[in-house]
Amino acid sequence: MNSLLELLRTDPWPWYVTGPLIGSMVPLLLWIGNHLFGVSSSLRHICAAAVPCGLPYFAYDWRKDIWNLWFVGGIAAGGVVAVTWLEGGGPEALAPAMVERLQSFGLTGSGDLLPRELFLADGPFGRIGWGIVIIGGFLVGFGARYAGGCTGGHTIAGIATLQRASLVASIAFFIGGLVTARWFLPALWEALV
Amino acid sequence: MSGSVLRYGGVFLGGLAFGVVLIKGRIASWSRIQEMFWFESFHMYGVILSAIVVAMIGVQWIRRSELRSLQGESIKITPKSADRGQMIGGLLFGAGWALTGACPGPIYALLASEGLPAVVMLLSAVMGAWVYGAIRARLPH
Repeated sequence: MNSLLELLRTDPWPWYVTGPLIGSMVPLLLWIGNHLFGVSSSLRHICAAAVPCGLPYFAYDWRKDIWNLWFVGGIAAGGVVAVTWLEGGGPEALAPAMVERLQSFGLTGSGDLLPRELFLADGPFGRIGWGIVIIGGFLVGFGARYAGGCTGGHTIAGIATLQRASLVASIAFFIGGLVTARWFLPALWEALV
Repeated sequence: MSGSVLRYGGVFLGGLAFGVVLIKGRIASWSRIQEMFWFESFHMYGVILSAIVVAMIGVQWIRRSELRSLQGESIKITPKSADRGQMIGGLLFGAGWALTGACPGPIYALLASEGLPAVVMLLSAVMGAWVYGAIRARLPH
């Protein structure tokens, strides 16, 4: 029992443990309740439940998809478990070239889940960090609903069930991220530092 | 009643396991996402590819064995509709993913440990979904 706990506390879990566990969510949810794995529909259900405002996109019975809200509630609880009991979420070693790049941007490159010096207002980026959080979060929600799914529903579940639309979406996710990470963010740091 | 406890309890526990994996496997990590887009680590690629392979094997196995769900229904996979949204929405989503270092799953997983930035991310994502719903008819699909 103790050695199992030790094993679970290894940080980070290697890709060949992490990936298969994520992939197994797809058949698991199909078996539990005929649910197709996905996370971003929860954003739509939250709107439909809380602020539908008479919009046709939110005029449906979100209670029929309530499993999805139980699922994201579970994800949030899992975050607590990982950090509280499994020593998750601390700093970790990144690729040396990445550390160098982050340091040239004025970040510590410590490999925190969300670098505090970037995302908290007391860091050198101050309000910029909040801008990244707000604009980035908005694009995640808007883009995922526009695309009809996110990395879970499209890249994992969609490609695994051989859906062409999901392959297109996943390629677009990647191009959008590539351009933003490699050109937009460096240009932003350049302008700030 | 006990049927829905089993269903939603199972879904919640599945979500809990998924949340643990997102944190321990460093999927919910801004730095890891940057590494991925800079091609400086195999980690995320290994995660995504092995997840797809395992999901694919699982789905094929369900199809061949004609496994039924816990409720005794035959398992069916609803096809996703294809339009220009995957392209345009996908590019916007990718930009948001690189900025925040988090897709929707990780945003939920980060809520407790990262506090305010993660809460604001979630609220902004909900707002993004709402604005999409509000202007949907005027967007190219």
